Amino acid sequence: MLELKGVTKVFKTGMFGKEETVAVSNVSFAVEPGEVVSLIGESGSGKTTVGRMILRLAEPTTGAISFDGTDLATLSRRQLRRYYGHVQGVFQDPFSSYNPVYKVDRVLGMVRSSYLPGLSTSEWKAKLSDSLEAVSLEPRDVLGKYPHQLSGGQLQRLMIARALLLDIKFLVADEIISMLDASTRIDVLNLLGDLKARGVGILFITHDLSLGNYISDKTLILRRGRIAEYGPTPKVFGNPSHAYTQALLASVPQLHRKWTTTADPNAAPVTSAPVGAVVGEDGLFEVDKGHFVAVDEGELA
Amino acid sequence: MTLAVDNLRVYYRTLKGDVKALDGVTFTVDDGEIMGLAGESGCGKTTLGKSLIRLDGRMFVQEGTVHLDGVELPLSDDKGMNAFRYREVSIVPQYAMSAMNPIRKIGRMISELLDSRGVSYDETLPELSRRLGLVGLDDSVLDRYPIELSGGMKQRTVMVLSTLLNPSLLIADELTSALDVSTQKAVAEMLVEFRDRKFVKSTIVITHDLSILYQIADTILIMYAGKLVEKGTATQITEDPKHPYTQLLLGSLPEVGLRFEDQRLTGIPGRPPSLLNPPTGCRFRARCPLAHDKCVEEPPFVEIEPGRFAACWKVTA
Repeated sequence: MLELKGVTKVFKTGMFGKEETVAVSNVSFAVEPGEVVSLIGESGSGKTTVGRMILRLAEPTTGAISFDGTDLATLSRRQLRRYYGHVQGVFQDPFSSYNPVYKVDRVLGMVRSSYLPGLSTSEWKAKLSDSLEAVSLEPRDVLGKYPHQLSGGQLQRLMIARALLLDIKFLVADEIISMLDASTRIDVLNLLGDLKARGVGILFITHDLSLGNYISDKTLILRRGRIAEYGPTPKVFGNPSHAYTQALLASVPQLHRKWTTTADPNAAPVTSAPVGAVVGEDGLFEVDKGHFVAVDEGELA
Repeated sequence: MTLAVDNLRVYYRTLKGDVKALDGVTFTVDDGEIMGLAGESGCGKTTLGKSLIRLDGRMFVQEGTVHLDGVELPLSDDKGMNAFRYREVSIVPQYAMSAMNPIRKIGRMISELLDSRGVSYDETLPELSRRLGLVGLDDSVLDRYPIELSGGMKQRTVMVLSTLLNPSLLIADELTSALDVSTQKAVAEMLVEFRDRKFVKSTIVITHDLSILYQIADTILIMYAGKLVEKGTATQITEDPKHPYTQLLLGSLPEVGLRFEDQRLTGIPGRPPSLLNPPTGCRFRARCPLAHDKCVEEPPFVEIEPGRFAACWKVTA
């Protein structure tokens, strides 16, 4: 459904844009309907840039992003509006995602005036209560309230409800639960699971490996803009093959398991492709079915 | 024991009335103990940390005492506290990035700081550079501006700086929350190393992340809505939580290896009560699946077995 092909984003930095920062380098992956792909990386790895490009808030320098076969770069204004009817984003900070002087009704009502002008009031009300129910919010708890009267979890669920008002097929969820408390974040995460069951494709951007592991079907580990490892989540977490993925997993603090000082001797990282393996243009080769690992950057050059 | 907090109440003065952010907490921290202080936002954990070193303008101590090494801390006396700050009680703030003066080189900033405490920079320099070495930094950071360092480097520099005078108590507030997982581990392990090397006697680590406390803390104290909920060793709290709140909180944390398809975790329904007019009785009552008639009375925070405390009628009865 959504496909990225060799996407690279270069930002011009420094005085007069003389220097270049490669934020995303040769990233390709696809998300199918009803699939959750988590994009995991540390700060500065380019994970948010990927999300922004999918929402067309930034344009790729090279490479192409297509949705249902249409290249995003070719969309006209009108087509773009239709695209946003299918693809929505929810971001990290629920407290700054809202206009503080608009009541919740008005925030949601803007969806109606922008995307669903033909809808009758009774249809709209039904839709509204459906989508609030889907995110388990009581309409009377949230409607008529200002954002500051609601908790972070409620606001974040409202953002998702807002996306649900539209007939979305794809959701970019960029660190949506990082700012929530432990007792409420799991509910928002489960909500993504419900969306998935409805056939919505989700790009789940996070720095938290355990959250990514919990919810996603595929995992993509991003390091300095390049894919370090990519594959089905059980394979990437069960058999991490890139040295970086292994190091990340070893440093995740876990309950019931203390940090160990010695690395697992069985888990020697795979750095160079075995003889006969095909190394793609993006430096990835397949270690197992659907499980790709990057070769050393030096080797690539 | 290093720290003894007795029935401490710290309120915030607001136009609508006093917000009872810390409402009668009593606990001790032993010599060499790293105590983790965990809870959700608004539970009073940061208020507790702040009140031990510096009350901000809106905060005031309603009641209670704090003794450090047997000496009572004059919490309400901003000037009187100066004798203790940095020498006896020190803090590593959450955002090390903003803890340093951006227009001073780090060495000069440290020298000014030591000057203000009447300590000679030149005499401290050998120890300073030894400690920087311990955390993997060399002396060249002293000639740099904060902007030239990465987040992890800044956090490590601030750690060294805060503990330079070997304080009795170090308060680390969300020390690792803004860091990436790989740097997080290094910085968290430094806390243990500093304790082992006796740079600090006792440490309170404030965080919302229980899994990091399980790695480094000796004991964990859980707070909810301005009250203490449960205290025990890190293993007791994570393996065998007694209080329903702790149990539900732990039950809502996904771990590496757990998948949505296999087991669906649930959060805790509802939200914490307002601290402007907190409910009587047990504050977790409204969200607690085990709540019963007795819970309208406030459960005391009592020792249920040696070193293990909890405030719940179900546990103590």
